[in-house]
Amino acid sequence: MISIIINGDEHKVDKGLHLVALLENLELDPAKVAIERNLEIVPKSRYEEIELLEGDRLEIVHFIGGGHHHV
Amino acid sequence: MSNITTGNTTDMFNIAGKDFSSRLIVGTGKYKDFEETALAVEASGAEIVTVAVRRVNVMDRSQPMLVDYLDPKKYTYLPNTAGCFNADDAIRTLRLAREAGGWNLVKLEVLGDQKTLYPNMVETLHAAEVLIKEDFDVMVYCSDDPIMAKRLEEIGCCAIMPLGAPIGSGLGIQNPVQIRIIVEEAKVPVLVDAGVGTASDAAVAMELGCDGVLMNTAIAEAKDPIAMARAMRLAVEGGRAAYKAGRMPKKLYADPSSPLAGLI
Repeated sequence: MISIIINGDEHKVDKGLHLVALLENLELDPAKVAIERNLEIVPKSRYEEIELLEGDRLEIVHFIGGGHHHV
Repeated sequence: MSNITTGNTTDMFNIAGKDFSSRLIVGTGKYKDFEETALAVEASGAEIVTVAVRRVNVMDRSQPMLVDYLDPKKYTYLPNTAGCFNADDAIRTLRLAREAGGWNLVKLEVLGDQKTLYPNMVETLHAAEVLIKEDFDVMVYCSDDPIMAKRLEEIGCCAIMPLGAPIGSGLGIQNPVQIRIIVEEAKVPVLVDAGVGTASDAAVAMELGCDGVLMNTAIAEAKDPIAMARAMRLAVEGGRAAYKAGRMPKKLYADPSSPLAGLI
């Protein structure tokens, strides 16, 4: 197992896990999200080839309702 | 979808190379639930909706998603940077938004402080320059300063969006003179973004010659959001039609509308 940070929280995942498999485990549709890994955008076309490494910091985002800033 | 027609030509509205028939852009925040959001957007006739980019809740994936209620194939999603107070956060947000959605059209908004939510134009300008170099089509929320509006156009923003009044205030167009100057000087679309409270405010923006209006709170916080969405659609269409028709000159004294000849 390795330790990675997803959206600010620590998660334990299998060593050698690919990004596409992580999304599958999280039941997230790759078409509906975007991912930043260690502050760099990961193009959707690379989800299959990217292997997660110890200490990786991921931001997984999607679109929500929003207009202007709301507090 | 109802269009205003002038002669045989439909009065379309073009942003970044794409034609739209509705001149009303609506936000999708602050609604009770996604059902209400979808009904209000439909009643508004809007073809472009603003959306925010936020972290997925990885612990609770059962929550409904906006894309399941507002089909991105039917509506043009306009990702915004609401909540960003510096250029770097705004740029990072929009890079993620482009990857999530797969299109370049975005709304840039960099705020100055929590109390006024007034735009920080120094950071906005910097962010706009970076994003335009990266081939984003940037619609920009800005102050109602004609010189700044011109500058944003010159660096390549595809739409200029001055505030009519502070975000969420519902005060209406506070500075019609400057909005009109921006409209007269701009060669790209100008939209009033923020400050509209009710239908007449939207009509005023359109009568000033704006190409469109962007709003969220005025609809979402109305007692009946769906009815207000329809009112806003009619106001934007009415204001645009009046602008195109050309209003009568204002006069100081009365001018009878019945002929005086033949009076008994």
